[in-house]
Amino acid sequence: MSAPTLPLDSASNAGHDGAAYAIEFQDVHLAFEENQVLRGISFCLPFGETKALFGVAGSGKSTILKLALGLIKPDSGRILVLGNDVTQTREEDLFTLRAKVGIVFQESALFDSLAVRENVAYRLIEEHGVETPDIERRVREVLQFVELEQTIDKFPSELSGGMRRRVAIARAIITQPEVILYDSPTGGLDPITSNTIIELIMKQRDVYKTSSLLVTHRLQDAFAMATHQFDPQTNQMRSLPRGQYCDVPMSFLILRDGKVIFDGDVRQLAHTTDEYIREYIS
Amino acid sequence: MELTSPTEFAKQKVLAVQDYTVMTAQSVANLFRKPLYFADMIQQADLIGVGSLPIVVLTGFFTGAVLAVQSANTLQRFGSITLIGQLVSLSMVRELGPVLTGLMVAGRNASGMASELGSMVVTEQIDAMRALGTDPMKKLVAPRVVSTVFMLFFLTVLSDFVGLAGGLVVSKILLNLDARQYWSNAWQSLVFQDVFMGLVKPVMFGFIISTVGCFYGMTARGGTQGVGRATTQAVVAASVLIVVTDLFVTQFLMNVLSYK
Repeated sequence: MSAPTLPLDSASNAGHDGAAYAIEFQDVHLAFEENQVLRGISFCLPFGETKALFGVAGSGKSTILKLALGLIKPDSGRILVLGNDVTQTREEDLFTLRAKVGIVFQESALFDSLAVRENVAYRLIEEHGVETPDIERRVREVLQFVELEQTIDKFPSELSGGMRRRVAIARAIITQPEVILYDSPTGGLDPITSNTIIELIMKQRDVYKTSSLLVTHRLQDAFAMATHQFDPQTNQMRSLPRGQYCDVPMSFLILRDGKVIFDGDVRQLAHTTDEYIREYIS
Repeated sequence: MELTSPTEFAKQKVLAVQDYTVMTAQSVANLFRKPLYFADMIQQADLIGVGSLPIVVLTGFFTGAVLAVQSANTLQRFGSITLIGQLVSLSMVRELGPVLTGLMVAGRNASGMASELGSMVVTEQIDAMRALGTDPMKKLVAPRVVSTVFMLFFLTVLSDFVGLAGGLVVSKILLNLDARQYWSNAWQSLVFQDVFMGLVKPVMFGFIISTVGCFYGMTARGGTQGVGRATTQAVVAASVLIVVTDLFVTQFLMNVLSYK
């Protein structure tokens, strides 16, 4: 599949405000009542890299994304997003930071009372107060990017699961955020649609150098991200030779019992001696 | 089903009251903070106010009518049938108009708010809204509170009026009373204190309906079943709070306004 190019303005991803990492978790603990979900999670997401988060259901992968966005607060530890400590920031001040971070929720979380146009333009309309011709143009551009321009007047209930996921991606990237958080973007989708979405995520990583956390249960998606690169010339992803896998800004993080048991690239993952991880990836 | 200990139950209730208080305080504070969502306020005013018109008009009319029918018998025994206008007027304006309109709007709109916001919570739309840089308290709660308070005030005035009209129809058609006498009795019996009391109550009831509806919606948990539970609880809590508040407000205003 080939996807049209999303025109970005010069401000896109420019400058990192002196932050060392796009996202940094430092010894984060979190419990929901008796259930200790995270027990000292620490990791860093360098700028421009995509990190795939793995773990069994309930291991806290989606919780990590919500923590990164400040939607929930940890019991202890620090979380730095673009150099800002979201654990110490008030909700009102987090809204400014969230403008630089996009998120694609597990079930898309599109506003069901709004059409695709208003869903995608939501953040821009909130900023400007009204829908302007410029907003309309940008909505059409991102919908072209996800190949769904024809759905602009439809409501989320009229779209398939894969289409909703792509609209959610369009909504997340319309403001060209520096970081994007993907929560199981291919979950429950057929292989062809999943491939389309992975290609969009790859394009965002390789063409626009967006840093991202990718929560997924599908190992094949993460391995495709690690062994392929998006080619802007052909507007398609292409497979890399085996020796060039490490050239791709892609890493893996595996959670078990609320702790990080692996954090490294595809080569380190392939050579791990940990029995649990070997069983997990086999 | 897991049993909850009395201590845990008490803690949950205290926590719920605390959360409700924080939410109501925020919803009031948000009226003085930008951005103010005027378009959402108008939309909600239409949904709550115009949408509730049929039930409020019907309830008001038939309440006034049945009040006339019920009281006619007793008044006739004492030879005071001409006072029927006064009785309907005072009952409707001071008590039945505000309370019944409040209960009707609670049944229709507290449930609507709880189910709408609850669905948004369980489908992560509220999280999405926060992630997209919008404060749901400003965007969703504040417009509902303002619109409900504003519209319930006017719905109550309308309900009072159609209630009087209901009493008039019964007096004229069933009791063969003079319409002008009924109307003049009804009108002249009202004093400032009656009207004031009748107009303060809908403001308080509107606030109760909207904040309770929004609170149960925003705190809904547990999927579609949780949304259903939140909807039911919102209607029950709003209705009970209305009748309980009514007693205290009535007593308070009677003292303040020096009723004789």
